[in-house]
Amino acid sequence: MTGVAVQLNGLRRTFGTVHALDNLDLAIEPGEFVALLGPSGCGKTTALRVLAGLEDADSGQVLVGGQDVTALPANRRDMGMVFQAYSLFPHLTALANVTFGLSLRGRSKSLNRAKEMLELVGIAQFAERYPHQLSGGQQQRVALARALAIEPSVLLLDEPLSALDAKVRVQLRDEIRRIQTEVGTTTLFVTHDQEEALAVADRVGVMRAGKLEQLAAPADIYLTPATPFVAEFVGLSNRLPGRVVGQEVEVLGTRLPLLAPATSTTVTALVRPESVQVTPETDGNGKVLTTSFLGPISKVTITVGEVLVVAQVATDRLASLAPGTAVRVTLQPVPVAIA
Amino acid sequence: MAGVIARRARRQRAFRWTVLIVLGVFFVLPFIAMIEFSTRDSTTWPALFNWPELSERYPALAEGITASLLQAALTALLMLVLLVPTAVWVRLRLPRLRRLIEFLCLLPLTIPAIVLVVGLAPVYAWVTYFLGGSSLTLVFAYTILVLPYAYRAIDAGLSAIDVKTLAEAARSLGASWATVMWRVVLPNIRSAVLSAAFLSVALVLGEFTIASLLNRTNLQVAINFLGKSSATMSVAVSLTALLLAFVLLLLLSLLGGRRRSGSTVDTVATAAPVATKEPAA
Repeated sequence: MTGVAVQLNGLRRTFGTVHALDNLDLAIEPGEFVALLGPSGCGKTTALRVLAGLEDADSGQVLVGGQDVTALPANRRDMGMVFQAYSLFPHLTALANVTFGLSLRGRSKSLNRAKEMLELVGIAQFAERYPHQLSGGQQQRVALARALAIEPSVLLLDEPLSALDAKVRVQLRDEIRRIQTEVGTTTLFVTHDQEEALAVADRVGVMRAGKLEQLAAPADIYLTPATPFVAEFVGLSNRLPGRVVGQEVEVLGTRLPLLAPATSTTVTALVRPESVQVTPETDGNGKVLTTSFLGPISKVTITVGEVLVVAQVATDRLASLAPGTAVRVTLQPVPVAIA
Repeated sequence: MAGVIARRARRQRAFRWTVLIVLGVFFVLPFIAMIEFSTRDSTTWPALFNWPELSERYPALAEGITASLLQAALTALLMLVLLVPTAVWVRLRLPRLRRLIEFLCLLPLTIPAIVLVVGLAPVYAWVTYFLGGSSLTLVFAYTILVLPYAYRAIDAGLSAIDVKTLAEAARSLGASWATVMWRVVLPNIRSAVLSAAFLSVALVLGEFTIASLLNRTNLQVAINFLGKSSATMSVAVSLTALLLAFVLLLLLSLLGGRRRSGSTVDTVATAAPVATKEPAA
């Protein structure tokens, strides 16, 4: 199975006065795994539903494999979709749920194919169970098997992990990536969880108010955010006062390169906690306010004059950074965005 | 202290039994009277269960029974055909209209049958003109009459499932709307559909006012008519009709009960997957 290209051209969709999609363009390469990320109400789910044919766009075009499918109803678009939760047919067993789509296509070997799919998602032993006899994670696995069984041209995942608890979420997330790589289906994954998006996708699209702010590889999204919104939305950022000097911004005594040219001289720089370095020093410029343990890496909050700075440090250094300790705060010269 | 509690419990128990006995007598006494009266003529009951004899001796009654049974079946069918797709469509596409539809469906409950007839009479003049004066044409009026009960039952059934997500899942798997209804929605609201149908049947079997005032015949009209010539037979038929309605309502509550006990079985069964860990695969 090889993937097909997907193209959304100039999609518009308004609900009353809200622009859910505001001239959205998105191109997905064949076999690519793209995650749409954004705050709730940014239009990411609407984009996915328009692609699925479950929602009509006011204007614009949906191309799948070069074919214009804008006018096709959902049942003829050949898309596999996994919903947020509770989308399995309650009156059918796991196996019958997976067979459903195949039987509509009149496939002769549908039972074998369904069993294969359940095996692929790792719950072949629960084939005869009904949805209410399965845990949330198992239900979503069945839903994934059901969506993939029909060999869809595009796989659509609408926040499939958001109803699951943290541990199952991470496990299933990695599994979804593994399965997607294995079957090679072009996939669009919608989520509001940035960690999820950055962890699984080939490219992440950050959406805001119906528009795509940036579409790039996870590392690029994180390290070179195209807009202040992306910088603030993805990852944690310190908002620190800075003064623009030429192509650089001076923050806490350190000159940092700018990602984009600034329009004024006094700005707020967005600095990642991991580029803040903290060293205990009796006549340092800051003082540790609080520390919080987060596993291998911990968070330290420091006051530098009037400013609060959050830094990320290795947990083994936490002992030397007890609250009240005088420290020197320096910044690594990585490019920063300004808000 | 313990004495006070024991005395209070005793008093409550006595009160409960008194209420139960008084109500029991209130309900059972008419039945006993009916049984006693209908058995005074020993030929009554055998005749009732001997269809050829019944239709020969009481042609109007036989006609009424046939008419009522057909009306009941057709009303249930027409109600389902109209109401189920409408309720589903409203939930899927027009959620804002839900309150309005509910209000419309409950209206017949607030309008007395006699008022309905006043409104229906001119309409039925046309119905008679186009479709003839058959008693089966009452099905149209009855479908409206059963709406409040049927709507409630079906709406409750639809509330128990996430119709929108299930329909969308089925659509994305390639199902046509007919397939969505037939293979996804209906199997999941089966007991709601059955209770709506049973309620409709029970209601239609007991309907008198509209049929009588529109000069149609049904079971109740026939019983009323028979009461003037053969009192014991009319009481025997009334009793049978009552028992039939009882059986229907009993089946209905059993159906609901089975669903409830079914879900307790489910909770027992779900205990297993909770214990088994998420497969690591």
